[in-house]
Amino acid sequence: MKYLDEYRDAGIARALATRIKGRVTRPWTLMEICGGQTHTIMRYGLPELLPPEIELVHGPGCPVCVTPLEIVDRAIEIASRPGVIFVSYGDMLRVPGSRTVKAGGGDIRIAYSPVEAVKIARENPGRAVVFFGIGFETTAPANAMAVWQASREGLTNFSMLISHVLVPPAMRLILGSPVNRVQGFIAPGHVCAVMGYQEYEALSAEFRVPIVVGGFEPVDLLESIAMLVDQLEDGRAGLENQYSRSVTRTGSATARKLMDEVFEVSDRQWRGIGPIAGSGYKLREAYAAFDAERVFGAGEIHVEEPAECIAALVMQGLKKPVDCPAFGTRCTPEKPLGASMVSSEGACAAYYAYRRHGVPA
Amino acid sequence: MCLAVPGKVLEAENVGISRIAKVQFGGITRQVYLDFVPEVEPGDYVLVHVGFAISRVEPEEAERTYELLRQLEVEMPDEEPR
Repeated sequence: MKYLDEYRDAGIARALATRIKGRVTRPWTLMEICGGQTHTIMRYGLPELLPPEIELVHGPGCPVCVTPLEIVDRAIEIASRPGVIFVSYGDMLRVPGSRTVKAGGGDIRIAYSPVEAVKIARENPGRAVVFFGIGFETTAPANAMAVWQASREGLTNFSMLISHVLVPPAMRLILGSPVNRVQGFIAPGHVCAVMGYQEYEALSAEFRVPIVVGGFEPVDLLESIAMLVDQLEDGRAGLENQYSRSVTRTGSATARKLMDEVFEVSDRQWRGIGPIAGSGYKLREAYAAFDAERVFGAGEIHVEEPAECIAALVMQGLKKPVDCPAFGTRCTPEKPLGASMVSSEGACAAYYAYRRHGVPA
Repeated sequence: MCLAVPGKVLEAENVGISRIAKVQFGGITRQVYLDFVPEVEPGDYVLVHVGFAISRVEPEEAERTYELLRQLEVEMPDEEPR
């Protein structure tokens, strides 16, 4: 398909790898934030193409992974109530809380888009329809639109269980850590398609760290790495946009306007990492009637995570999945111990799926 | 989760408050909301995430940057990477 196939070209990928090899004079540690990019990196074995000086570590940008177990258990509880139709993106239904949302029982449906959940609410006025609204800034406009549509139509049987997270506060946490190892970032291209990249210019200037907005195909990622290596070797630290075919500096004004209408910034708990101030969205007071936590009451749920799991260190670039003694033995995608193994976009799950690529099994 | 796929807008029409398009991805077509990319016209490529176009693919920019990559491939010595 146009704008996909050409960015999987092996000849260009090899040329980029050769160019990176020619520029590198010392070790550099780089992080891609987005789980989709982690998946591409492992799937295409990009670490094997790169010179040994370049170490790729993998960020917390997998919304399914970082959704707290408490919210997964809340979803299970709401979904199992009589009369409820619980609608979710497919990948969220497979995450085990105390059990998976699917296994918890109830009328559970998979939707490709949140507006399908609004349609289900419209067609089932006697049922309470709840959508599991998770995601980063990429998904927030669509989820905001669903709430806005429901509000505009005066639907009283639609609500959203929200676990929305934001990328820049997580990068700030990583960069502000006294033990930070990351020297350059690939910023998430699809988040930036919506938001633009001004927030990342500010991060780059404040922490004097090179940031390149990158796409999702292997050639995009190799070019992003080449651009980061150029900056690091030249002693520069700025924001550059590799994904210029789809990302502009200001993103989509109409999307951000709708997000701002429906959501406000709130503190959020990240599974595996902990609480991060101002790192997510909640519904504004004007849309409280669509907040599933209010509609169904928010009793205290607390879930203990296995102490053995090192997901927090993996997602901040301090450890690799293979550094964990439980990796691939006591912790697998079928029986995950923690955040970075629960979705195919988590770093541990990506290493597990593609570990033939230079990863000691 | 943040997967977004480029597709070609075949036609667009106003439905209620929204603008909805028929978008082609390889052999299949899907309904896509254009609310977040009001400037898009039929023939344009858009990046689609959970049923919504989140940006318009800029053909000139894509061509310019891809041409640079092609040049790099020609210029680089043909050796196996380490």
